[in-house]
Amino acid sequence: MEFLFNLISGVSLGSIYAIIALGYTMVYGIAKMLNFAHGDVIMVGAYICFFATMRFGMPPLAGVLLSMAVCTLLGIIIERMAYKPLRQAPALAVLITAIGMSYFLQNAAQLLWTSSPKVFQSVVGTINGQTGIALFDGALSISYVTIVTIIVCVIIMVSLVTFVNKTKTGKAMRAVSEDKGAAQLMGINVNTTISLTFAIGSALAAIAGVLLCSAYPTLVPTTGAMPGIKAFTAAVFGGIGSIPGALIGGILLGIIEIFAKAYISTQLSDAIVFAVLIVVLLVKPTGLLGKKVSEKV
Amino acid sequence: MKLRKKIALGLVLTMGLTMFAGCGGNDAQQDAEQTGGDAAAAIKVGGTGPLTGGASIYGLAVQRGAEIAVEEVNALGGVQFELKMEDDAHDAEKAVNAYNALKDWGMQLSLNSVTTTPGIATSELNNEDRIFGLTPSASGTKVTEGKDNVFQMCFADPNQGSASAKYISEQQLGSKIAVIYKNDDAYSSGIYEKFKAEANALGLAIVSETTFTTDSQNDFSVQLQDAKNAGADLLFLPMYYDAASLILNQANAMGYAPKFFGVDGMDGILTLEGFDTSLAEGVMLLTPFSADAEDELTKNFVAKYQDKYGEVPNQFAADAYDCIYALHQACTAAGATADMSAEELNDLMVEQFTTMTFDGLTGTGATWSADGQITKDPKGMVIQNGAYVGM
Repeated sequence: MEFLFNLISGVSLGSIYAIIALGYTMVYGIAKMLNFAHGDVIMVGAYICFFATMRFGMPPLAGVLLSMAVCTLLGIIIERMAYKPLRQAPALAVLITAIGMSYFLQNAAQLLWTSSPKVFQSVVGTINGQTGIALFDGALSISYVTIVTIIVCVIIMVSLVTFVNKTKTGKAMRAVSEDKGAAQLMGINVNTTISLTFAIGSALAAIAGVLLCSAYPTLVPTTGAMPGIKAFTAAVFGGIGSIPGALIGGILLGIIEIFAKAYISTQLSDAIVFAVLIVVLLVKPTGLLGKKVSEKV
Repeated sequence: MKLRKKIALGLVLTMGLTMFAGCGGNDAQQDAEQTGGDAAAAIKVGGTGPLTGGASIYGLAVQRGAEIAVEEVNALGGVQFELKMEDDAHDAEKAVNAYNALKDWGMQLSLNSVTTTPGIATSELNNEDRIFGLTPSASGTKVTEGKDNVFQMCFADPNQGSASAKYISEQQLGSKIAVIYKNDDAYSSGIYEKFKAEANALGLAIVSETTFTTDSQNDFSVQLQDAKNAGADLLFLPMYYDAASLILNQANAMGYAPKFFGVDGMDGILTLEGFDTSLAEGVMLLTPFSADAEDELTKNFVAKYQDKYGEVPNQFAADAYDCIYALHQACTAAGATADMSAEELNDLMVEQFTTMTFDGLTGTGATWSADGQITKDPKGMVIQNGAYVGM
């Protein structure tokens, strides 16, 4: 019973990591850059939804849609202002800029919304006053937030894979990802394609932010930072750039974290999580589902 | 060449934007800084605190509480103060820079630092430079240890731990106790260690001890399950209210309802925006300050604070308010004037603080020992119908 309880806790936590990791891996897969500001876009999304539903009394779904719209816009602006001028620059410069953007967003959020914590009202709601499905006469319960998160994760994963593989825009994205120069020669607008990638990634971040705060309701300007890093780890674990890998990596990371806490030590849980990551990367350097790409010379 | 220019431009742009974000805060802060009245005749009081970053809720509270007190004491017409707070972003290195900036400004009395980690660094400088320091809220013992001229307005961490254990034992609140503490935080683990030692001495059984860190401050299911399995009937939470609110939430979701017992960091939970206060029903805490107290002093302070800053003050603001009043009382009693040097003032203050008794928002009849720790009685509070009620 305790094992089941821990497993459910692990899946709950992991599903949150997974949904954040999807955005990370999507942007990395196409634009080949690590967008460290992703976690902070998540935070912005959560704040927008918080103000829409709590202050202006909008229905939860409208709040989520609004926050997706705002984050999409924010993603495009960030890309245009901070990353586009660095398109030809070394990867390291873009990485540092992303870290700068992350701090910028955190500080801007603090100025706008202050650093006092806010408690997020779950957008998932209750059925008959229950926040989850009770199993074994209430000895165990799976919260609706977890169920919704996993369903949303799978929907996003399937639609992303379909989008990237079946549509013309998706094809352009894959082309840009493989070779920017050649893609441009073939008449693909590289800038638009990358902007679109950021727009989609940021809309996903808004959904992730809302679900993150529905599950763990304390909202502060640094809310996105740590889950962002963990989700990045999850994306690497699953194979960065691989969309199904992000889902599997996220859920596994959550389960490992909870099991490490429950069966080994609450003090060492993070150390164990990262030790597992190192072992996986030693055995499979590209992550669980990562593709090995041989460099053509 | 072109490439380099572009990189440089990108970096400068991002940095510029980030710094701009910082500046916005500084402007507001500078407007507020000049509350000290005539600079020539005022004693310069400086302090460092996190005015930006994750811990800024504490730094801003201290700044605001101190500003209100400075306005009030200056209006009395006796000893005048001029206040300046510098940002340390809860970082020891930045705190040292901030302290040096204050020294250049001509700081005569110091509020040391708001939080413990920077406080340990700046109190060392307070001691070397012979500038008297009275910290509102850096509660670690290392802040005052071995420094004859650094004093605390808040309880030192260990005192809260032992006071909590004594209170639980005397009132027979629980027989099996579980503790969840934050092991990467000096405040939380400091209280826990002393609590455990005192609990063992009093024969209280601690049946479950689990930890979390800043990085894993989301999910408490394992810790709560451990406490539940061990049959704990009282859960001791030596931590700040943001983490505590998640614990209350998750305990409720899994149907676990022990008694909850918190420390002064729990104060603030009722004013947390969007928090369902019914979850905190019956939570007990030891705290020196409660914004709901009915005495004149508290009511006046809370009203002014709300009027000026639009939020309910927490205990940090109250501690800072008391700091200014304590300094004012000591300066008045010692006949201190603004043209004295920091060192002269330092000697007068040390003499006053080790002998005087102070009545403030955060406790009456407070006295200080020679090592800088304060003695005052914490009040036991219980949350009923969304408000603090004395136990």
